[in-house]
Amino acid sequence: MDAIVVEDLRKRYGDVQALNGVSFRVSEGEVFGLLGPNGAGKTTTVKVLATLTKPDSGRAEVVMQDVVKDPDGVRRTIGYVPQGSGVDRDATGRENLTLQGRIQGMGGAELKKRVDELLDLVGIEDASDRVVRGYSGGMKRRLDVALGLVHRPRVVYLDEPTTGLDPEARVSMWDELGRIAGRESLTILLTTHYLEEADHLANRLAIVSRGQVVVEGTPSELKRSLEGDSVIVELSDGNSPDARRIIESLDGVRDVRAEGRQLRSRVDHGARAIPQILTALDRNGIAVEAVDSHRPSLDDVYLHYTGRDFREEDEAATE
Amino acid sequence: MSVARDTWYMVGRQARNLMREPIWIALLVIQPLVWLTLYGQLFKRVVNLPGGGFGTASYITFLAPAIVVMNAFFGGTWSGMAMIADLDRDVIPRFLATPVSRFALVASQVVRAALISIIQGLIILVIALPLGVSIHAGFAGWLVILLAAGLVAAPFAALSTAIALLTRKEATMIAVANFIGLPLLFVSSTLIALDQMPHWMQVTARYNPVNWGVIGARQVVLPGTDWASVGEHLGLLFALTLATTGLATWTFRAYQRSL
Repeated sequence: MDAIVVEDLRKRYGDVQALNGVSFRVSEGEVFGLLGPNGAGKTTTVKVLATLTKPDSGRAEVVMQDVVKDPDGVRRTIGYVPQGSGVDRDATGRENLTLQGRIQGMGGAELKKRVDELLDLVGIEDASDRVVRGYSGGMKRRLDVALGLVHRPRVVYLDEPTTGLDPEARVSMWDELGRIAGRESLTILLTTHYLEEADHLANRLAIVSRGQVVVEGTPSELKRSLEGDSVIVELSDGNSPDARRIIESLDGVRDVRAEGRQLRSRVDHGARAIPQILTALDRNGIAVEAVDSHRPSLDDVYLHYTGRDFREEDEAATE
Repeated sequence: MSVARDTWYMVGRQARNLMREPIWIALLVIQPLVWLTLYGQLFKRVVNLPGGGFGTASYITFLAPAIVVMNAFFGGTWSGMAMIADLDRDVIPRFLATPVSRFALVASQVVRAALISIIQGLIILVIALPLGVSIHAGFAGWLVILLAAGLVAAPFAALSTAIALLTRKEATMIAVANFIGLPLLFVSSTLIALDQMPHWMQVTARYNPVNWGVIGARQVVLPGTDWASVGEHLGLLFALTLATTGLATWTFRAYQRSL
């Protein structure tokens, strides 16, 4: 069964077409990632699915409830972990969780037990009676996630769950989220602009760019669809059209792109292609500083399907 | 039913956070106390002006209930700042993704502002006693003054919350609070008897909610309390509270459209 159905969502803010026909489906129990640079439309999609904002057109359903026609039904079904920390900083972790449970209609011993369980699940039981103001970024984010889970929702949205965390806290958050996904038998919709995060957490993902889903599949399917490895050659004297022509002329080398001092290309087999490339360059007197080959990453997938570099686009949107 | 329950929970959140820093409530009383003592001294002799209309020979007795109301008014106009903090920190979006009543979110802001004003009003009155203020209507008088404080804070808190939801900018809040603050204060009988004001100000003051609160609170301090007038003015404030709270709840729609 599909837990989330999104069909041709469109939304415009002034001059900006934030959503330009987003469509995807998420099966029950799946961890589905929306991956894209800042400004791609991920957060807007989640806001529509969380009933915070209405789409201009298109349809979105969560467990067969329409987000526009039955917002209260959707609100009871979902847990929403917003991008900024949505916790009340003047209350303790326990008070935050208890209030969240109450407004979702829980109470009494059941709620008390659930709050204890969640404090334990996200690993902040020692800080549960301290005011959140004194929590570290990682602890605050864990509490955010717990807040989204209190009423045992069937679907949880995690909007950029690790943005702003240091690398160490990010990795431990991934472990946490992995455990939660297993224990609570949830459908999770995750947005992220970290390729590693999508790779690590999502069973399936959609790459979003400029308000549209560009491609959808499991991380390994997407990488396999590129066929072959990436080879990156860094030239000592910088890039030149000659070097590019030489590499392009070799058998089995595709998609050659110049990026700064580097030439990136796609080959059937990295280990076999590297000696050929190096020999050809050497024969033409072009010095090579470094060479690297790797299996396709989601970076490469993004580049392949959108024709744009992920990091450049992400940074451009942030500025 | 669930609206009442949600409001109770949300008010509980506000009250708990407030009680966590009680010193803050007390510190905010310093400014009205400066008004009380400074103006109390400075304008001591205005009660002797020809034309009168003060109803008492003690200016500080005339002033004290009005300072409680003035403090409530200022507190109310600034209270939208708490809503802006909740919006900035994504607390409100988190609540809006639950079935919680939108009215409860606004009402809790209004009740918080009213509670703060009542607590501060009590502190101001207690300090005013040794300065020579006596409340003629006794215990019922205390209750009326504190009720007036709450009912003046409430509609301005609702408006302030509405402005917070519409603009989401602290700078705008500050501008609006400053813009309405002093005019409404001076077009009221807070500092001086209505009889001493130019005619047009007397007429304008009739429509000023701050003045409604001042009239209600002052009636019980002076001898010869007109209880019908107290009821009428507090009733007007209550009606205004309902209307402005309704308006602020409605602005949630405008806020959500901008999300």
